[in-house]
Amino acid sequence: MPVAVRFQHVSRHFGSVRAVDDVSLDIAEGEFFAMLGPSGSGKTTCLRLIAGFEQPSSGHIEIFGETAEGLPPYKRNVNTVFQDYALFPHMTVGENVAYGLMIKGVARAEREQKALAALSMVKLKGFEQRRPSQLSGGQRQRVALARALVNQPKVLLLDEPLGALDLKLREQMQEELKALQKQLGITFVFVTHDQGEALSMADRVAIFNEGKIVQAGSPADVYERPRSRFVADFVGSSNVLPPAFSTAHGGPSAWTSLRPEKIRLLATGETLPAGHHAATGKVTAVHYQGSIIRLVADVSGTRLTAALPAGSAAPPEGASVTLVWDAASPVAMEPA
Amino acid sequence: MTSAALTPAHSSGGLSDFFYRRSGLLTLALILPPLIWIGIVYIGSLFALLLQSFYSLDEFSGLIVHEFTLSTYGHLFSASNLTIILRTVVMAALVTVASAFVAFPIAYYAARYARGGWKALFYLAVMMPLWSSYLVKVYAWKLILAKEGIITWVLDKIYLGWALDALLAVPVIGGSSLSFSYIGTFLVFVYIWLPYMILPTQAALERVPKSFIEASADLGASPRQTFRTVILPLALPGLIAGSIFTFSLTLGDYIIPQIIGNSRPFIGSTVYALQGTAGDIPLAAAFTVVPIVIMGIYLVIARRMGAFDAL
Repeated sequence: MPVAVRFQHVSRHFGSVRAVDDVSLDIAEGEFFAMLGPSGSGKTTCLRLIAGFEQPSSGHIEIFGETAEGLPPYKRNVNTVFQDYALFPHMTVGENVAYGLMIKGVARAEREQKALAALSMVKLKGFEQRRPSQLSGGQRQRVALARALVNQPKVLLLDEPLGALDLKLREQMQEELKALQKQLGITFVFVTHDQGEALSMADRVAIFNEGKIVQAGSPADVYERPRSRFVADFVGSSNVLPPAFSTAHGGPSAWTSLRPEKIRLLATGETLPAGHHAATGKVTAVHYQGSIIRLVADVSGTRLTAALPAGSAAPPEGASVTLVWDAASPVAMEPA
Repeated sequence: MTSAALTPAHSSGGLSDFFYRRSGLLTLALILPPLIWIGIVYIGSLFALLLQSFYSLDEFSGLIVHEFTLSTYGHLFSASNLTIILRTVVMAALVTVASAFVAFPIAYYAARYARGGWKALFYLAVMMPLWSSYLVKVYAWKLILAKEGIITWVLDKIYLGWALDALLAVPVIGGSSLSFSYIGTFLVFVYIWLPYMILPTQAALERVPKSFIEASADLGASPRQTFRTVILPLALPGLIAGSIFTFSLTLGDYIIPQIIGNSRPFIGSTVYALQGTAGDIPLAAAFTVVPIVIMGIYLVIARRMGAFDAL
């Protein structure tokens, strides 16, 4: 599959701060690629390097085989959906969407027709005459999307586009974005700090920390096989267990990650099934969370969290419990 | 549960409670005094003045005839008075345009690039001239622009005295020296009113987020196109606000044209002379209507052109 965006040893320094530090990555054409990381991890700077708002301090960037460094944003065939949407307040919704076409010199009739088509694609037909200030957050987001897509970019960059929306709307937009990406076949590069969003939408996820990509792979891959304590901790919640605990409970001599949903309680009278490991501890907290019950136990000084299915009978605080997991569940990680 | 549990033992501030429940009344109480002040002292006296323009001066006795007439406006549109109006309006327009051109880059730099200490320095530099006396500044300019002043001296030293002489030889705008020419009047007007153009323009540019400029570039606009289609339209309300200041202040000023220039009358100095020595209050009042009407027309045109769409 042809490469849409390629980073080769790209760094971007701001003074002594290494916002992006020797990043190499390939984003395939037609891929939904998520850049996930905490704030200040370099994911947004990477997006801005693709858009052309930043230039790399060193390294090489290619967009569809073309050298991108030194090329200003207005000469790149990529478009961005901004975090604050950046809709022009002195133009109507229709004029906002048609802006890119107007700049290109497309005739008025044609660009109006294309803007209408783009607006109906994001379900905002009939809003062309409104001002951005008259729209809700979700509607503005759709206008920003239409304004970018009407230019038929080769790569669409999305900078935390759902961050300002409330939960219900966010979930709805996640589905719509995903469907839109499938339908259009455009490469989407999506920046977010919300791991749930990244896992549910992306074909591939790159996890950033301190200017570097610490792991990249399919959502299942990064969730099931975190390579480091940082990834285990950041992507979903996990029991990050020190080597001493691991060896004491039949595991390898390394830091391991054990997902809470891989742990269950051993019923009284039940014998430990073959190929399973167990630990006995005292319940310190029980959190009812609707779809699951989160149980926290203290196993001789180590905190272990288990996610029990809803409806299961949770032992009271202070009770002694035996926690069981498949021997294959703990994932050994690099110490960092 | 008794209601006593809801109220603290020492309930005080009956007035606060009263206004809390009737917040509209509080707003009214706050706004009424300044409203009365503006209504009576500013607008009321302005209308009293305008009313005067519909009276006339009895030329024989020198007394004001308190009868409604349009004859004063007839005087206003005599050839010599129209020349004064035209001279003032052209000067005010030129001063406004020049101020806008000088102010915009400064305001743009301050809004886009200046941070922290540089921003403080910018405000200081723009505001400081406003702290010193207007008259001192005008007289200082008189010295700067005089034949023996620093501008002539420097140009002579770098062998460019001929250029100044050529400029001063131009009919109408020229004169015996910079301080006795329209050029001098123009320069001093621009200097004095410039801060009033910079500050609103800077405030307008301050409200243009960086992401707008990036979004425009992202959608394919070159910096020039971005300037024309995004930055300028969004800065326009600020430029208009600034031009209201520079334009109307120039229209009404009566000191600068008396001190610097060729002593030809402007609207302000004419009003000053009419209400003083001549005692022709009606004509003076009619003259003051001119800037108001011009500003009104200007604002209507600006609005029609969409200058306030971004507000």
